[in-house]
Amino acid sequence: MGALALVPLGFVVVYTALIGPGDAWDLVARPRVGELLGNTVTLVVGCTATCTALGVGCAWLVERTDVPLSRVWHGLLVAPLAVPAFVNSYSWASLVPGIHGFTGALVVITLSYYPLVYLPVVAVLRGLDPALEEAAYSLGHSRARTFARVVLPQLRPAVLGGCLLVSLHLLAEFGALQMLQFPTFTTAIYDQYGSTFNGEAANMLASVLVLLCMLILLAELRLRGRRRYARVARGAARPVEIIRLGGGRGPLTLVLAAVVALAVGLPAYSLVHWLRVGSSTEFPVGELAAAAGTSLGLGAAAAAATVVLAMPAAWLAVRYPGLTSNLVERSTYVANALPGIVVALALVTVSIRAVQPIYQTYVLLLLAYAIMFLPRAVVSVRAALEQAPVLLDEVAHSLGVGSLATVRRVTLPIIAPGIGAGAALVFLAVSTELTATLMLAPIDTTTLATRFWAESSSVAYGAAAPYALLMVLISIPAAVLLGRHASLSSPWEAPR
Amino acid sequence: MTRLELRGVSKSFTDVRAVAAVDLTVPHDSVTAVLGPSGCGKTTLLRLIAGFVVPEAGTIRFGDVVVAGDGRALPPQQRKVGYVPQEGALFPHLDVAANIAFGLPRSQRRSARVGEVLDLVELPAAFGSRYPHQLSGGQQQRVALARALAPEPSVVLLDEPFSSLDASLRASTGRAVLRALRVAHATAVLVTHDQDEALSLADQVAVMREGKVVQAATPREIYRSPVDAGVARFVGGAAMLPAAVRAGVASTALGELPVAGDVGDGAAEVLVRPEQVLIGAGAATVKARVDEVAYYGHDASVTLTVLPDGPVVVARAGGLDVPEVGATVTVSVAGPVVVFP
Repeated sequence: MGALALVPLGFVVVYTALIGPGDAWDLVARPRVGELLGNTVTLVVGCTATCTALGVGCAWLVERTDVPLSRVWHGLLVAPLAVPAFVNSYSWASLVPGIHGFTGALVVITLSYYPLVYLPVVAVLRGLDPALEEAAYSLGHSRARTFARVVLPQLRPAVLGGCLLVSLHLLAEFGALQMLQFPTFTTAIYDQYGSTFNGEAANMLASVLVLLCMLILLAELRLRGRRRYARVARGAARPVEIIRLGGGRGPLTLVLAAVVALAVGLPAYSLVHWLRVGSSTEFPVGELAAAAGTSLGLGAAAAAATVVLAMPAAWLAVRYPGLTSNLVERSTYVANALPGIVVALALVTVSIRAVQPIYQTYVLLLLAYAIMFLPRAVVSVRAALEQAPVLLDEVAHSLGVGSLATVRRVTLPIIAPGIGAGAALVFLAVSTELTATLMLAPIDTTTLATRFWAESSSVAYGAAAPYALLMVLISIPAAVLLGRHASLSSPWEAPR
Repeated sequence: MTRLELRGVSKSFTDVRAVAAVDLTVPHDSVTAVLGPSGCGKTTLLRLIAGFVVPEAGTIRFGDVVVAGDGRALPPQQRKVGYVPQEGALFPHLDVAANIAFGLPRSQRRSARVGEVLDLVELPAAFGSRYPHQLSGGQQQRVALARALAPEPSVVLLDEPFSSLDASLRASTGRAVLRALRVAHATAVLVTHDQDEALSLADQVAVMREGKVVQAATPREIYRSPVDAGVARFVGGAAMLPAAVRAGVASTALGELPVAGDVGDGAAEVLVRPEQVLIGAGAATVKARVDEVAYYGHDASVTLTVLPDGPVVVARAGGLDVPEVGATVTVSVAGPVVVFP
């Protein structure tokens, strides 16, 4: 199963090796690739910086200061998670015609992705022990110095984890950037794939993209280091002291309001606007229902398959911690770092060469989903299994209950909620997945995402609106789930 | 309930001999405390009895039934042991009633048995509908015991059940648990590293050291007649004084002391417990300097250096009359002393 997750990585490595270093270099060392590299790197750097500033700033305001209605702001700040980035860019591009290129991409991507930094930082801020800050005050540090020397270092792993997610999501982002006409590796691979089906140029671009992903993973590992930040004492922490903003309270609340207006208000307005425009022309209930049915069906099937695959990996990691089980778990994380487009490209090539019968079938599409979303399921199942220690099995045995009955009466009931959460996350991610679906879905299969993509690409904004609305509605439960349990958002939050 | 018997039970892990040829008998309807420092093998011993671990050698009998030995071992689910682990380990997804009914056959899960055992551990019947996270640590331990007792096990095993509770709760929960075990006529093994707990709760105390049971006896015998200096120090305060024994009398720095039991003449060490050391009593002539006083209110622990230059002994003084640090007092020893040749 770990091997399955490594198929895309293996494909890239083997392909590059087969093509030979000379030819590979000729394909890579072109001005076009340099331009793509420049675009991709500047966008990654720019977006991680803006997402960090926005995410940390908002998290601090909501969690540690006396801004009014902080619970409401929290809900609204998490809300962009329910809007797929390509839907967000559609709502911007359709309302603000001038928004494209680097600035457009920076604005839209930041407004879509900042919750990936915001959420883990909120989780850490909530868990901080106020005693640490009090200790710093008692040692004579001022408030600003305490924030810099005590609070910020504790936020570091969360911020790094958030930046890692932003970078990897960005490298994988296709729909939003294509719509904003800002070419990166992913959009270029897709264009190449469309024009010269399965060409070597697309595959070499994919290799460079994978290299970038691995560099980012390594960079995060190095930056985070081996340090762990844990609250040393047990027992309930006291609530933190709320900082009074005084005269800054009004202006800073306005800043929050502006972020929410741009990140949530504008897409909402845009959707409503285009729904009105669209429904005045046509409202294809039948097609809408068919696409929704396909999306939900694929989501359910992928969720079931992924959770079944995740169980053994998580079980091994929790019950038999060791090198092998760690490797199996990590290999699924590597797959998670690979953009959907690379997974799709790899599966296209491998299936055409090795297992022709499954090419252009749902089997291959579900396989791609399983590889892409396995880590999310592993994280949830693993966290759930940690709630069911071996001790409980032993107690059940001592009470005369056999192994199978113990699984049925103890283990399963305890881990069921966690497994349900994992399945729900995969289900919702698959229901709105665009890139791999475009490349791998059998001909004549339309999902909400692909139908939306077809309509909005041909500038039929009104016709696209109902599909966008349905995708947002489907994504809301996932956003709520992530808002409550920030740790579910990142497989890298799991202990290494 | 049944008598529990271990004969020559051994178990090793990779290179550590965790339990080495242990013999131990727990009589029917009694509580034995297995006492030892951490890492002495006492928890492994408990897990061997429960069946979570299989011994390499020796036999374990519940009454006449061999549950481990002769190359076979009954799995834990067929042994009918009641197991109460350290933190209670209640099933978090079940309420108290369902936890207690867990080991009962399906037909009995709704019977009056749940109420009976709740009553046995002195919890109100209304607790049945609570969930583990709504209970205090002491209550969780009582429910864990109720769950273990519900199926009427042959043997009840308690693995440091009170160590996660704070001091005040530990004593009261310990007594309540013991009352419940007595009412149920249970044969029980209590593993602990706390000598007060072992001495005050059990009928028999088995002291373990490096995988072996070095002494198994009643609490009084363990405290008053330990087999060696190590056991003496482990179960309470102890000063070991060099002495010369002659005709049943030991000459020590604290005077001529009568010897308990039959001991041959020669050089030896005598054990003096703090409560044997009396300050300023009767015709005492030995002088000592007060070095340190730990005052507890009801009594005090006084560290003394016998003048002119030792040895150092500790006395337990009544809370009403505690000497000052630096004062010179007279000391004597009450009662016969135990001698180790």
